[in-house]
Amino acid sequence: MTQRWDAGVLQYAEMGYWQPDYEPKPTDVLAAFRVTPQPGVPPEEAGAAVAGESSTATWTVVWTDRLTAYEHYQGKCYRIDPVPGNPEQYIAYIAYDLDLFEEGSIANLSSSIIGNVFGFKALKALRLEDMRIPPHYAKTFQGPAHGIVMEREYLNKFGRPLLGATVKPKLGLSARNYGRVVYEALRGGLDFTKDDENINSQPFMRWRDRFLHCREAVGKAEAETGEVKGHYLNVTAATMEDMYERADFAKEIGGIIVMIDLTVGYTAIQSMAKWARRNGVLLHLHRAGHSTYTRQKTHGVSFRVIAKWMRLAGVDHIHAGTVVGKLEGDPASVRGYYETLRCDKADPDPRYGLYFEQDWVSTPGVMPVASGGIHAGQMHELLDLLGEDVILQFGGGTIGHPLGIAAGATANRVALEAMVKARNEGRDIAVEGPAILRAAANRSRELDMALSTWGDVTFSYESTDTPDLMVTPS
Amino acid sequence: MRITQGTFSYLPDLTDEEIALQLGYALGNGWAVSVEFTGDPRPRNNLWDMWGLPMFDMHDPAGALLEVNRCREAYPDRYIRVSAYDSRHGRQTTALSFLVNWPQ
Repeated sequence: MTQRWDAGVLQYAEMGYWQPDYEPKPTDVLAAFRVTPQPGVPPEEAGAAVAGESSTATWTVVWTDRLTAYEHYQGKCYRIDPVPGNPEQYIAYIAYDLDLFEEGSIANLSSSIIGNVFGFKALKALRLEDMRIPPHYAKTFQGPAHGIVMEREYLNKFGRPLLGATVKPKLGLSARNYGRVVYEALRGGLDFTKDDENINSQPFMRWRDRFLHCREAVGKAEAETGEVKGHYLNVTAATMEDMYERADFAKEIGGIIVMIDLTVGYTAIQSMAKWARRNGVLLHLHRAGHSTYTRQKTHGVSFRVIAKWMRLAGVDHIHAGTVVGKLEGDPASVRGYYETLRCDKADPDPRYGLYFEQDWVSTPGVMPVASGGIHAGQMHELLDLLGEDVILQFGGGTIGHPLGIAAGATANRVALEAMVKARNEGRDIAVEGPAILRAAANRSRELDMALSTWGDVTFSYESTDTPDLMVTPS
Repeated sequence: MRITQGTFSYLPDLTDEEIALQLGYALGNGWAVSVEFTGDPRPRNNLWDMWGLPMFDMHDPAGALLEVNRCREAYPDRYIRVSAYDSRHGRQTTALSFLVNWPQ
């Protein structure tokens, strides 16, 4: 290492960023990157460059490194694996000392890990696949404002997935008409209704008017059913001050849940999570915009990382895929996201795209939301694939019912309850599901109509984002 | 108006056999079954009257069903719910809850 300090362009691997013998410490933050080096760049050099550019390095040797205990602050690439079946790509494992990150800040964590490095020219493409957040760091975050257990106790709803619907059409309804949709869906049997991501405060419906009409609708539906109901009031706005004003008003009129979009940014999300805990209001996160960087397998950030960050940031709900609906979602990957959101301890499992173990040390779970092109005829698949702690959102599948919105809601609720009952009785719902639905439809005109309207609708397209390793069940 | 709290309120009323199957599912998961009743089923009334303590040591669905029916005989004019409690670390909350009686 005598040439370590010679002036000139940096050779990352030789500068200590490639350390194949390094044993990660229990306190290290770990990251797995999918690296596609430019032709001629050796994989170890590419991995070391990622470690360097996401920690201390710049493109040239600087003497001021010698003023620091630089070895402590260097990211260390400790392992490089070729990707099976894809000779261009490698998975680089990098360890970062805990000292590199500010406590409880997703903005700081992400600025390091996915900052400059993603534009680095020596790499054709780069994707952050997964991270291990050590308990020492996880415990510096608030975590979900309420979490799955508290939410269920708050709602007094147990033993079944929750049901929701997004109000449609998403743009153009007046506040009065909007409130009508909310009321019909809730009185018919849904637990929640939801603003869409782009409903904020537009000329056709200002936020305050929407909030008041939705609140009236929720209150009336609660009185008629004896159940706790809610409407996610989207408080996404241009500034934090506007968001706080809207959230405060939602709380003042008795709203139990507000929502924000991922587009507001990590810092605003953490601020709203603190607001939500302080005020006893559930916080729903719509992942608007995520597909721009999560969907392509070669470049960007995997959604499992976003899910992990959002659990730390402190949301109570996040959209995480349906498998069977209209939006991207490979079954194995979606299972990995759900595990990331709900489990207290997850083991590494390449089948589900999980690269690391993750110990959440009692950080509450986040309720995953399945939304987008799902209907009552898929209830057995949804319950079988997604389990019980999930919110199933049927927008079109409620509001598009030929007998009206309340009938659409009832159809979904009947299908859900019949399926949970059958599962608890020991029946194999994956196999007997359609028969169970048909039997329930014999006693429910609403479900019967829903099945004849949507029963055959499927969205069968190949997923773009899939785990590398496919294990054939033996 | 029908109060639709609980997991199975949109289905036809459960028969004793069907209730026993749900109790068997709960007990099979290691959950403790309890019975509660109230005349005040407002959405945010969590504090229903307890029909004795949760049956932590009851492992037989038929025995649990007996308690359900004793409560129904004593309070036919109340709402009665059966709950199953999961005391595992990380849950420590109700795992299943359904109505078995609506006032006549």
